[in-house]
Amino acid sequence: MDLDPVFLSRVQFAFVVSFHIIFPAFTIGLAAWLATIEGASLATGRAIYRRLFDFWMKIFAVSFGMGVVTGIVMAFQFGTNWGVLAERMGSIQGPLLGYEGFTAFLLEATFFGVMLLGRARVSPRFYFFACCMVALGTMFSSFWILANNSWMQVPLGHEIVDGRIIPRDWVAIVLGPVQMVRWPHMLLAAFLTTGMCVIATGAWYLLRRVHREEGHAMLNWGLGLVAVLVPVQLATGHLVGDYVHRHQPEKFAAIEARWQTEQPAAEVLIAIPDEANERNRFAISVPRLGSFIASGTWDSREVGLESFEPEDRPPVLVPFFAFRIMVGMGLVMLAVSWWGNLLRLRGRLETTRWFLWCGFLSFPTGFIAVLTGWFTAEVGRQPWVVYGLLRTEDAITPSLTGPDVLFSLAAYVAVYCTFIPFGVYYIYKLLRDGPKGEAQAIPGATANRPLAFADEAGTATGGRSGGRG
Amino acid sequence: MDASALALFWAGVIAAAMLVYVILDGFDLGVGVLFGTTREEEKRAQMMNTVAPFWDGNETWLVIVGAGLYAAFPVVYAVFLGAFYIPVLLLLFGLIFRGVAFEFRHRSRGMRWLWDWGFFLGSAVAAFVQGAAIGAMMRGIPVADNQYAGGAFDWVAPFPVLTGIGLVLGYALLGAGWIALKSEGGLREWAFARIPWLAGAVLAVLAVAVSLTLDHSAVAKSHWGDRRWGIVFPVIGVLALAGILIGTRRKYDLLPFAMTALFFLCAFLTLGVMFWPYMIPYSVTVADAAAPEASLGFLFYGAVIVLPVVATYTVHVYWVFRGKAHEGYGESAKPGRR
Repeated sequence: MDLDPVFLSRVQFAFVVSFHIIFPAFTIGLAAWLATIEGASLATGRAIYRRLFDFWMKIFAVSFGMGVVTGIVMAFQFGTNWGVLAERMGSIQGPLLGYEGFTAFLLEATFFGVMLLGRARVSPRFYFFACCMVALGTMFSSFWILANNSWMQVPLGHEIVDGRIIPRDWVAIVLGPVQMVRWPHMLLAAFLTTGMCVIATGAWYLLRRVHREEGHAMLNWGLGLVAVLVPVQLATGHLVGDYVHRHQPEKFAAIEARWQTEQPAAEVLIAIPDEANERNRFAISVPRLGSFIASGTWDSREVGLESFEPEDRPPVLVPFFAFRIMVGMGLVMLAVSWWGNLLRLRGRLETTRWFLWCGFLSFPTGFIAVLTGWFTAEVGRQPWVVYGLLRTEDAITPSLTGPDVLFSLAAYVAVYCTFIPFGVYYIYKLLRDGPKGEAQAIPGATANRPLAFADEAGTATGGRSGGRG
Repeated sequence: MDASALALFWAGVIAAAMLVYVILDGFDLGVGVLFGTTREEEKRAQMMNTVAPFWDGNETWLVIVGAGLYAAFPVVYAVFLGAFYIPVLLLLFGLIFRGVAFEFRHRSRGMRWLWDWGFFLGSAVAAFVQGAAIGAMMRGIPVADNQYAGGAFDWVAPFPVLTGIGLVLGYALLGAGWIALKSEGGLREWAFARIPWLAGAVLAVLAVAVSLTLDHSAVAKSHWGDRRWGIVFPVIGVLALAGILIGTRRKYDLLPFAMTALFFLCAFLTLGVMFWPYMIPYSVTVADAAAPEASLGFLFYGAVIVLPVVATYTVHVYWVFRGKAHEGYGESAKPGRR
């Protein structure tokens, strides 16, 4: 078999970025959730909110730490494997990612430290303010990542002078229309991811009949937030679909598995796309619905993949299925949250054990939706890395050989499979043990060592039990 | 073509961040290297204690170097990371493993051996590949069409291996000075006893490396010829070495570390004299590599806000954890524990 460095580099990027994204997606939502309950604690003075805060704070510290470590790896991927991308598009992507790094540093050096260490040192109001700033900081971090990616999806605000990409209008690059729908879509996805985890944790405690009061509070807050946010997310998702329809028709056709141009267009609900023969097998489709979803009318003409040269078409299988899984997860969240609220209104939440099981088992829905959403966006953009400007196959570092990348990919898999299970097991153990008391730092811990704060987690290494001796 | 003012600003920021990184992360990597040379648990625990509050913040400066290069000199970012594909991979893994070891070792009994090895090997590998990369740069990096044009293992050659070992020794010297500064009793004596040997080894490796470079590279030699004033840096460097030895003999706390840092500064500036204005010797200059003015200017605003904050934060942490490291170091001095 011939080792293709482009293919292997894509696999490597997908691997490291997929492992990275689950942590920030969780962290962004957690930061907002922590600020929310700290606000509730400040407003009501109820002790339960303080216990919830201290508990989720430890989870936040671990997952923030994992996000930082896996994020540093990401910062080097563009240069190591995608050298032509880094060099040709660095004039725009470099500053955007630079701002992301700066945002993260500012956060770590200032309010994050107050949040981790300053409870006893600052006034409750200032502490709440610091929590809000941390939440905002994580959102700004994602803002720059999304600005960078949105520019790769729909490049704008630049000009090409002597073959060089020159930024011309930073406002358009940073605050372009595509960014302004994709960033909220990502933020809501992060909030929902955390919301489903909070729901699942609450349901877990009620199922095990432990931490009853905390479990109730988590379910109430989580179910309420998710029930409101899912419809908003569906609406934002529709706006994201609009930009794809307008700016990336090939991707749109691939997501819909629409091979021929149709008028009016049918909507393929589910099928097995057959890329070799350019048709769908076992398709279940609804006439005219495709036109309505794409253009809002029942008789619009929708382009199919046949309108594009074969070398300009994205793969169909991944965008088609990833998109449907993402939407499916959204519908699961909608069902769980609305059903849960209904039960709650009738006062039967705690006694309906099958629902608690559903809530508990739906903890990965947010993560799956985030991952499949990104698969749709990124695979659907192929064969371009920067849409219309640079093809993925031309973006690779020219000196790389297949064996080089095979080696690095195997090494990443080995290293990640060694240390990520530790982190995930830490989080699992913290969640299982439930709210117990205030987080204790190990000696010498500073704000940029968040892992040092999740104290009880230390037992996961097979060491001493309980807190610090 | 001359470099613009903004390009010079960014080159200065990156050079300064690189120097700060080498000295700060250098001492904690060096402590990691020395950690592997003793089996005494008490010494090991004390050694980790001396760097516990600092090591992670120190690595921030590496990320500033990387982010700055990507934004301001994308060609250098692409060529460097392409040329050092495997070393960068090893560097990342080294830093990850020692970072994880830091958090887990403290609480772990059964798996302590694993974190001990992780801490030592992670530190040594990170130091070695940085040194090897410097060595490979001194030999010159082939570049075509703004991309690296060599093989993945070009850095595995006698000269980069020599500089890699040199930097491991150099970091160990910084680390020994740091331990002497931050510890008391037996460990302090232990560190003092190692400083002269390490200083001698570093000097020997460096002398061989510099003469080989002047012998090998016509550009470096001609730069050296044109910039005769540059001789002051090696001279100060040798004086700094003497200062290290004096400080060690008289058992001054700060002098060995400070003089080692000065020695690193001189080595850094000597390299600068040889290579300026090349960022990738001998192919890419500062002016060649600079991003468009619109890119440099856009990130400039971020830099003038963020860099002073990061610098202040760094100084603050070092101030909070000043003085000798003791059991439960930082417990009393740490904010929020009063």
